[in-house]
Amino acid sequence: MTVEMKRIPGTALSEKDIESGVVLSVQDQLDARYAWDTGVGIGAYLAGLKRGEILGSYCPTDDLTVVPPRVVCEWCYRPMDSYVRLQDTGRVNTFSLCYVTWDVQRIEEPEIPAVIEIDGASPLHGILHKLGEVRPEDVRVGMRVQAVWKPPHEREGAITDILYFKPIAETER
Amino acid sequence: MGMRKVAVVGAGMTKFVRRALETGKELSWQAASQALNSCEMSLDDIQAVCMGTAPDAFDGIHMKAEYLSDGAGAWGKPYMRSYVGGGTGVFSAIQGWYHVASGLFDTCLVVCEEKMSSYFPHAQGAFLTIFDHTTERPLKPNLLWIFALEMNRYMQTYGISKADIARVAVKNKRNAADHPSALLGDPTITVEDVLNSEVLAWPVSRLDVSPVSDGAVAVVLASEEVAKRVTDKPVWIQGVGWALDTSYWANRDLAYPRYVERAARMAYEMAGVTEPRKQVHIVEPYDPFDYKELHHLEGLLLADRGQAPQLAADGVLDRDGNMPSCPSGGLLGVGNPIAAAGLMKIAELFWQLRAEAGARQVPGKPERGLAQAWGDLMQVGTVVIMGTNQGEERLK
Amino acid sequence: MTLLPRDPEAPGTWQGSLPVASRYTYGLAGERFFRALKDDGVILGSRCGRCGITYVPARQFCERCFDELQDWHDVGTRGEVHAFTRLYVNLDGSPREEPELIAFVRIADGGLMHRLGELDPEAVQIGMAVEAVLKPASERKGSILDIEHFRPTKA
Repeated sequence: MTVEMKRIPGTALSEKDIESGVVLSVQDQLDARYAWDTGVGIGAYLAGLKRGEILGSYCPTDDLTVVPPRVVCEWCYRPMDSYVRLQDTGRVNTFSLCYVTWDVQRIEEPEIPAVIEIDGASPLHGILHKLGEVRPEDVRVGMRVQAVWKPPHEREGAITDILYFKPIAETER
Repeated sequence: MGMRKVAVVGAGMTKFVRRALETGKELSWQAASQALNSCEMSLDDIQAVCMGTAPDAFDGIHMKAEYLSDGAGAWGKPYMRSYVGGGTGVFSAIQGWYHVASGLFDTCLVVCEEKMSSYFPHAQGAFLTIFDHTTERPLKPNLLWIFALEMNRYMQTYGISKADIARVAVKNKRNAADHPSALLGDPTITVEDVLNSEVLAWPVSRLDVSPVSDGAVAVVLASEEVAKRVTDKPVWIQGVGWALDTSYWANRDLAYPRYVERAARMAYEMAGVTEPRKQVHIVEPYDPFDYKELHHLEGLLLADRGQAPQLAADGVLDRDGNMPSCPSGGLLGVGNPIAAAGLMKIAELFWQLRAEAGARQVPGKPERGLAQAWGDLMQVGTVVIMGTNQGEERLK
Repeated sequence: MTLLPRDPEAPGTWQGSLPVASRYTYGLAGERFFRALKDDGVILGSRCGRCGITYVPARQFCERCFDELQDWHDVGTRGEVHAFTRLYVNLDGSPREEPELIAFVRIADGGLMHRLGELDPEAVQIGMAVEAVLKPASERKGSILDIEHFRPTKA
C-alpha cells in the first residue's frame, strides 16, 4: 500500500476552521422522545424497586438466577419459571473512578460506577450502579456493599430508587 | 463444504482524521476508488457491494447505508449493510466473503465508513445508547464506564498493572508512525507518557484510549478465477468466524472475552489451523483501548489467560517479535472510525502478506494473518484469517 | 407463553429521549456549491462526460462510473416542477392556516427540493417553469435557505 499509493485522500479540519467559518457548516437537532414499554420482566423489577426490593428470575434447567429478571432464559431458551427476591447486598465485581461526565465535562470528585454481584443471584450476575459513602481510594474489588434506598414516598419504580451502594462490614447481614 | 475460494485482490483507505471536510459519501468514494485502482478494476467489474457504517444516530441520518450507497459504488447493484458495532470492520469482510463464496457473485466491493465528527459537540454522547434505557441510563453513565469497569476487572483478576497495559499503547502508537493514514502515530512515546496522561475514568487514562475519527476503508473480493486474472498475489480468506454473547453485560465474566474465543474457533476450524500460536504469523486484534488488545489475544487463544501482558513485556508482540500484533499501529495509533477500523486491519494484512507494507513490513515473509474486531453491546467477536495459501495445504 | 406473571403495580412505560445534535460540514463538493450560492448567487452543477449526466447540486464524483467530476458550471436559476405537494398540517400535526407548497424542482439532471412561493396554491402544475428567488447577498449564509423559494417564471 504505502509503496503503491501516491496520495492518501482525506482533508483534516480543525475546530477553528469550522467555528470561524473558513469552512461552511450547518447544525441540526433531532427531537427523539420515547415511552419504552417496560415489559413483564423489567416491569416487575421496577415495581420491586419501588417496594424496596431487588428481583431476579430463575431458570430451573440451567439452575441460574439472573438479575434483572427476564421472561426467557437466553441460554436454553425456555421460559423462566419464577421471580426470586434477592437481597439488597452484594459484592463489588469491578469499579471505576470517573472524572468526566457523559458530555465530556471534567469533575473534581469522581463518580464511582460499579458492577455489583447481588447476593442471591448466580455468580458473576450483577447490575450496574454507583458507590457512595466511600472514599475513592478505599474502594476494592470484592468489597461487600449494601443498597442505600430513597425513602419510600420518594420512590417511583426506577433504578434510581437505589441512591447508591455503600460499603458494609463482612459480618453485617 | 461446498463453498468457493475467495481472495482479497485490492485495498484502499483514506487518512483517519479527527474531523474531515469530506462527507461520508466522499470518504466512501475515496476509499473505494483507491481499492479499485489498486487492482485496476472498474466499478463495472463489481457485481455486489457490502457496506459497514455505524448507527444512523451518529450522523443523524436515517437509512444511512442507503444514503451513503452512491459513495460505496452501489448504484444499480445488489447492496447490503451490516453493523455489529466495532466488529463491523471485520464482519463486513465476512459478509462480502459469503457473497462470493456462495457462488452468487464473482466480485464484491466491501466499503466501511465512519464520520463521527458530525455528532455535536462530542461523539461520546452518541454512545449513551449502549446503555439500557430503563435500568442504566437514569444513572447518567458514559461510555468510559464500561471500558474502565472491564479493564479494572481484567487487571484485578490477573494482577496486571497499568504499566503492563501501557506498553501496548506505546507499541501501537510507535508502529503507527509508519502508517501514512495515521492520526496519532508517535515514534517517541513512552510508558511514562501514557501513565502520566490525564485520568479519565480510573484505571483508564487519556492515552489508553483510541481517538474518535473520520475515515473509510475498502477492499475488493474476488472468486478464484477472477483473482488469478487480476493479480499474481491474491490473499486468500482461509477462515471466518463470528459470535455474540449476552446483552446483559453485567451478567458475564468481564475478565475474559469468550465470544472472541467462539468466533476464533469457528475461523480456525475453517482454516485448518490447529496450532494458532505457531500457524498465525501476524495478528491484528481490535485495540480501541490498550487493555483490549491483551484481552483479545487471550480470547483468540494466542496467549494463556492473564499472560498476554508478559508477551508484550518480552517484545513478542513487536513487529520483529515472534507474534507481531497490530503492526499497522492499530486503532490506538491509526485512529478509530468505528465501522472502518476493523477493515483497516484486513487491509493491513493484505499489504503485509504481499510485502507491500513499506516501513511497517513485518520481516520473515509471513504467510498467514488474523484480523479480529469487537464491539456492539460489548459482546461481539468477529474474526477473519487470511493467507498467501489457498488453504488446501496445511502450513507448518 | 411466559410463566412469569405481570406485576399489576409495574409502571407501563419508561420515558426518555435521545440527544442527537449534529454539525455537518458540506464536503468537498458541498463547500464549493454553497460558497457559490452564498457569494455569487449561483447554482452549480457538475457534469460526467462519460455518462452524459449533469448533477445538481454539483457532486464530487459520478455515482454511475465513479469518475471524479472536474466539469463544473453555472446551471442557472431556472427549473421545472417535477413533483409537488401542498402541506395542510405542520410537523407536530397542528393544522396550518395556509398550505405550504413543497416541490422537487428539476434542474439539468438533478434538482432541488424547496418551497414554492408567489403563486396561488391551486395553480401549481407539474411541468411548470419556475426560477429561484435568492435572499439578498448580505443575508446569505451558505445554506439551502439562501434560496427563499421558487416562483413561476414570467412568460
